[in-house]
Amino acid sequence: MVLHMLFQIPLLVLAGWILTTALPRRFCKAVAPWNAYGISGILLASLTGSVWMLPRMLDAAVDDFSIALVKWISVPFLIGMPLALSWPRAGFVVRGVFLLELIATAFRLGWLYLVSPVRLCNSYLLDDQQRLGWLLLAIGVVAVLFLAWQLLWGHIEVRHLDK
Amino acid sequence: MLRTLLASLLILVAGVATLAAATEGFRVFTAETARRFDIRAHPRALPSLTLQTTNGGSIDLLDLRGRWLLVDFVYTRCMTYCSIQGSEFSRLQQQLAEPIAQGKATLLSLSFDPDHDGPAELESYLQRSGVHGAGWVAARPTDATSLTTMMRFFGVKAISDGMGGFVHNSAIGVIDPRGRLIDVVDWSDPQMAARYLSGRAGS
Repeated sequence: MVLHMLFQIPLLVLAGWILTTALPRRFCKAVAPWNAYGISGILLASLTGSVWMLPRMLDAAVDDFSIALVKWISVPFLIGMPLALSWPRAGFVVRGVFLLELIATAFRLGWLYLVSPVRLCNSYLLDDQQRLGWLLLAIGVVAVLFLAWQLLWGHIEVRHLDK
Repeated sequence: MLRTLLASLLILVAGVATLAAATEGFRVFTAETARRFDIRAHPRALPSLTLQTTNGGSIDLLDLRGRWLLVDFVYTRCMTYCSIQGSEFSRLQQQLAEPIAQGKATLLSLSFDPDHDGPAELESYLQRSGVHGAGWVAARPTDATSLTTMMRFFGVKAISDGMGGFVHNSAIGVIDPRGRLIDVVDWSDPQMAARYLSGRAGS
């Protein structure tokens, strides 16, 4: 479960992000007007991310090859790629909202996994679920500390393309 | 900006629709609830399944139609949950003594570890759990194909616990006299299964 959620899915996102560099410029230019401040892309990535956060979908991806295939395609192309196209365009507020929601999700899911007395996935053991809970809380704390440090002492410069 | 608004709205609608579909309208979030939801909405007709019982003889699951069946899934080496599960079934057997005696109900414990659980192991599981005579049958699927059919049909999944045992989504399947799996209830709440039965056992 830890490997699935904290390695496989992030790696698929990363793969999509990297693939974006191979996109023809014309394509990037064509989608730009539909993606002012990266709002559409970040929305697409967030919603796709929510689908793959459902315990039911994780189980289905383990048990059913066709669902696994949908995951391998949708995570890079509907999360990684839109994020890569949108992040440079996103302003301070859009980035802030996204990061805040990401951190809140890590805390929410982490807490849920820690306190749930039942297995949320039939494919994984309870101790795996609880380990994932701790890791998500730890990731949330580190992200908050990093952002706080950035806000207080860091140099924040958001140069986005939409001016 | 107008185009972004349009794109975002489309994405939002498609995303919420996908989430709604994936959760059966925001009611189902885990595979386990999805399985129960699906069974309640669409009762499943029992498949033909050859089972070997504790006396060594074979029966077909279909032969058990015509009465209420409460089914749970076990492996006899299990020393933790399953022992509680066993005593719950024992209590259920006492409570349902009347419909059982009238031939209106049977308890069925199916092993998903047929390599290990032969007739002798299943019999000792029944004895250990406190079986009260007839009305509680323990059986195992006879080959790998029947095991797969059984697991698929009931939606049971057993995974290794890393210590030579299994962890599985244990629950009690409720099968009506027409031979349809109509509900799955928590094994920790056998009264729910009993209520199901006592409410309709006479009909």
